[in-house]
Amino acid sequence: MCVVCGCSNTGATPSDPSVAVHPTTGDLHFGAGAAKVSVPGMSQARAIKLETDVLGANNAIAAQNRAHFASHEVTAYNLVSSPGSGKTTLLCATIHALKQRHPDVAVAVIEGDQQTSFDADRIRATGAPAIQINTGKGCHLDAPMVAEAFSRLDLHATHHHAHEASHHGHTHDHDHEHSHDHAHDHDHDHDHAHSHDHEHTHDAPTILFIENVGNLVCPALWDLGEKAKVVILSVTEGEDKPLKYPDMFAAANLMILNKIDLLPHVSFDVERCKAYARRINPGIQILELSATTGQGMGAWLDWLLAVDHDHQTTDALQARITQLEVELAQAKAQINAQPAKA
Amino acid sequence: MHELSLAGGILRVLEQTRERDPFERVTHLRLEAGALSGVELSALRFALEAIAPGTCLENATVDIEEPAATAWCIPCCQSVEIRSRLDPCPLCGGAQLQATSGTELRVMELQVI
Repeated sequence: MCVVCGCSNTGATPSDPSVAVHPTTGDLHFGAGAAKVSVPGMSQARAIKLETDVLGANNAIAAQNRAHFASHEVTAYNLVSSPGSGKTTLLCATIHALKQRHPDVAVAVIEGDQQTSFDADRIRATGAPAIQINTGKGCHLDAPMVAEAFSRLDLHATHHHAHEASHHGHTHDHDHEHSHDHAHDHDHDHDHAHSHDHEHTHDAPTILFIENVGNLVCPALWDLGEKAKVVILSVTEGEDKPLKYPDMFAAANLMILNKIDLLPHVSFDVERCKAYARRINPGIQILELSATTGQGMGAWLDWLLAVDHDHQTTDALQARITQLEVELAQAKAQINAQPAKA
Repeated sequence: MHELSLAGGILRVLEQTRERDPFERVTHLRLEAGALSGVELSALRFALEAIAPGTCLENATVDIEEPAATAWCIPCCQSVEIRSRLDPCPLCGGAQLQATSGTELRVMELQVI
């Protein structure tokens, strides 16, 4: 530092790489850097303002996936949980149950694990097409992995198969609108029945299950293009997991309490677990089921098929309206109570 | 360890910026990780140091801001600041909070030469 005036040697000096020094004259050329301007006090360094979302690239591909799924009449669900909650067993049971109760719905699965194709093999054994993604050292699936896997799923074969099954089941009513029998199956309104009619001429409705890597932390952050995240918690785990891993339960639309057939043998407080989940995510929907005994499977299938037709948003809004009405009634009661005291 | 993926995402943002607006290297990087972004700051710093050698991020200093998140408190009918999803409302102490911001992880600004 200069002892006379206190000026410092910081700022652009000939040793600063952004300042061009003419080789023969020694002239200094400020503003030779990429910015082409000289900013006093900032040397030739410049600031670039970005405010870019780091997950933006993933989210852009997730949006493409979403559009791609929609164009194929595919509804995708992202299944997340800790390892050992019974995701794959639940999927196998779901595929069997859908085949029996909704043979017109095709199912495909993308399996995420660090290593092995054990899970995809279990799914393929049910007859549903499955693609295994091994993440290697990765702890979660991301949107590009799902895009790649989806492009390798033989969906056209799936649709073809579904068409055959569907036609086989309904050969007796060819004179009817195709929408007619679907409307009976799922209690749809007329608009939805109409869209089914449209689907029949192109693709059968398909449910794509994306089984994420068993991990209650990282997969919460990555959008894969799914319609909804489903978090599975088994009663052999702690009921306090919603509080321990809040990001995942905040990101999920539905929580499944699995293995409820084991409730008599474990100390798991179902109501406390639900309260914890709602504390993190007031709008979360909750289902209890056992993939082994089949208990609760009907409600799970209804949910899968209902969400398929955008009812979920309506349900969530309806729940919010009900909640707000209760709040409003309480507030009004408070106001009414006040003048009486005064 | 998703912070390593996020560090890779940050580096990709920097490289894309460099393609658009060429520079030699980054001297200072300012990030913003919202309180609900699910990012462990020490793990992210470690991951950034691990991937920096040989990239435009080598020898850069990194500043990570962690702004508070906001949530809507249903009983209070107003926006409040929270640091975690487990926080009660700072006004009424209740738990009926719906997070409204704070999940972002963003590259805010670079100093480059």
